[in-house]
Amino acid sequence: MADRYLEADTPELRARWGAFAFNPAWDAKARAAIARYPEGRRRSAVMALLDYAQRQIGEETQTQGWLPIPVMEYVARYLDMPVIRVVEVATFYTMYNLVPVGRFHVQVCGTTPCMLRGSDDIMAACKARGMHPGHTTGDGLWTLNEVECMGNCASAPMVQINDDNYEDLTAERLNFVLDELAAGREPKPGTQEPGRYTVEPLGGPTTLTQMVSGNHDYRGEW
Amino acid sequence: MALADKDRIFTNLYGYQPWNLKAAQARGDWDDTRAILAKGRDAIIEEIKASGLRGRGGAGFPTGLKWSFMPREPNPARPGFLVINADESEPGSCKDREIIRHDPHKLIEGALVAGFAMGARAAYIYIRGEYIREAETLFAAVQEANDAGLIGRNACGSGYDFDVFVHRGAGAYICGEETAMIESIEGKKGQPRLKPPFPAGAGLYGCPTTVNNVESIAVAPTIMRRGAAWFSSFGRDNNKGTKLFQISGHVDRPCVVEEEMGIPFRELIERHCGGIRGGWDNLLAVIPGGSSVPLVPGGQCPDMLMDFDGCKALGSGLGTAAVIVMDKSTDIVRAISRLSYFYKHESCGQCTPCREGTGWMWRVMERLRTGDAQPEEIDMLQQVTKQVEGHTICALGDAAAWPIQGLIRHFRPELERRIAENVREAAE
Repeated sequence: MADRYLEADTPELRARWGAFAFNPAWDAKARAAIARYPEGRRRSAVMALLDYAQRQIGEETQTQGWLPIPVMEYVARYLDMPVIRVVEVATFYTMYNLVPVGRFHVQVCGTTPCMLRGSDDIMAACKARGMHPGHTTGDGLWTLNEVECMGNCASAPMVQINDDNYEDLTAERLNFVLDELAAGREPKPGTQEPGRYTVEPLGGPTTLTQMVSGNHDYRGEW
Repeated sequence: MALADKDRIFTNLYGYQPWNLKAAQARGDWDDTRAILAKGRDAIIEEIKASGLRGRGGAGFPTGLKWSFMPREPNPARPGFLVINADESEPGSCKDREIIRHDPHKLIEGALVAGFAMGARAAYIYIRGEYIREAETLFAAVQEANDAGLIGRNACGSGYDFDVFVHRGAGAYICGEETAMIESIEGKKGQPRLKPPFPAGAGLYGCPTTVNNVESIAVAPTIMRRGAAWFSSFGRDNNKGTKLFQISGHVDRPCVVEEEMGIPFRELIERHCGGIRGGWDNLLAVIPGGSSVPLVPGGQCPDMLMDFDGCKALGSGLGTAAVIVMDKSTDIVRAISRLSYFYKHESCGQCTPCREGTGWMWRVMERLRTGDAQPEEIDMLQQVTKQVEGHTICALGDAAAWPIQGLIRHFRPELERRIAENVREAAE
């Protein structure tokens, strides 16, 4: 199991987050999430609401966001469920940040398929920039973590930074991406391999080549 | 003979063309789906059974048979649910992502066809939390299908009401297990349930439920259009159809590609991946079906038939057809130990053999990696894997045990060499 802990429940934490409530935009999304489940099954929306809460806090703090205890209590009230059931969910699923994180959450995949393609170099490149796994840099810009398989194995190695994946990395390509992010620009997500589009073999697809230039309909050949 | 492009189901696999409804319809999706539904529940299930389609999520259970387990008569008090497993988290697996982000309408149409065939009221597509952009595409595609009247009330003008909902996960591999997934949709920790009762009897919200992999569902409309005979013309008996292969690791050009079931490993690699890095003599081992299956030593790989029985014949499994290739530069003990760490990290903690065993196995694997162990610990580790295997509620314990058993079976001399060399270093 993953090693995780909750941020301590202190008077300062309560003072900062005790009055948390969804703003109108996230509140609308929360209502839509609840509507996706049958009558009387509001609880099913707890995962979505925790995500929305984390994202709203992310917007307010200019980070990826996290989930203080008072916010979990708010979600519990919203869904009319015991607080402990919300805490159970928040602590079980690793995408809920239980402690504050930086502006960019750099999640390096280190599982075997990425390892075989050089994720050690990617992790080393992050460390060379002063990042340290499980910590946030002093300037608040970067939080580094090694994560388990992200499902980008045919374009490994990869990192996920907040909502975007950067694939087919080398140390040099990663540094370019991080420099761009630090400068406030938006580097192109997806593969960083020149000449590659998504997960076709590098150099061009070996199948379905007609699809490259047009939306080919193969039914005429059936 | 190579699979022809016209016989590939996922024609927009690489996303060169838009995923949206208009483009998908131009490629043939949602083409008179009403006529498929008009064949009736039994006819659809019989067609899928006859096609020989086996589940594409790893276990390979016959898909049509699974659908037939759902109750025959609808009960409004206990509606049926289709849950589509898009929690793709098995190391090496990266096919459902391509379906969802580049061909989502194949999945949504498949949800309607499958859901109708099993008499389900709605489908929940459970997509792993890390697929953030992919989920955005999926939400938008579902909205498009709703707006066009293809799903929802009177879906495709068939008179059948069928909703499709998306549920995002939040980073737990175990939710790929079908009953853990059901727990998770109910808003709980994703911890597997004891079976029986099986989901077809009591699943989501206690109602009849069938859980299918994304690929199994997404191929269903094409099978219905082209017929069971077409699909079963590919592959051997018991191993029919086409399949998305995902090749990662030490090949010249890793990729995802749809091929005929049973394609020989050498042909798969030569045709699509540009060969093994450093040539075939440089091949050390292959994990043919994702992290949960035992590795196959390089020498046995070239002629391995890439289907359920072909991989099984070599003591491994096709799993999700996530092919992890390792050349001779690989620290094979570390490669497997890293998988042990993965299972330790992802154990849900419910069953003691898995909760304690995965950590224990990983720590021993790490010592074997550096040779800081006693020779008899190899047998002890083997015994512990047998204590975990088969003694847990779900298959995560088995999945953690098998890669280690495969390593010991095929690379025992390497483990012994490391121990011997470490002893020598210590003596010096």
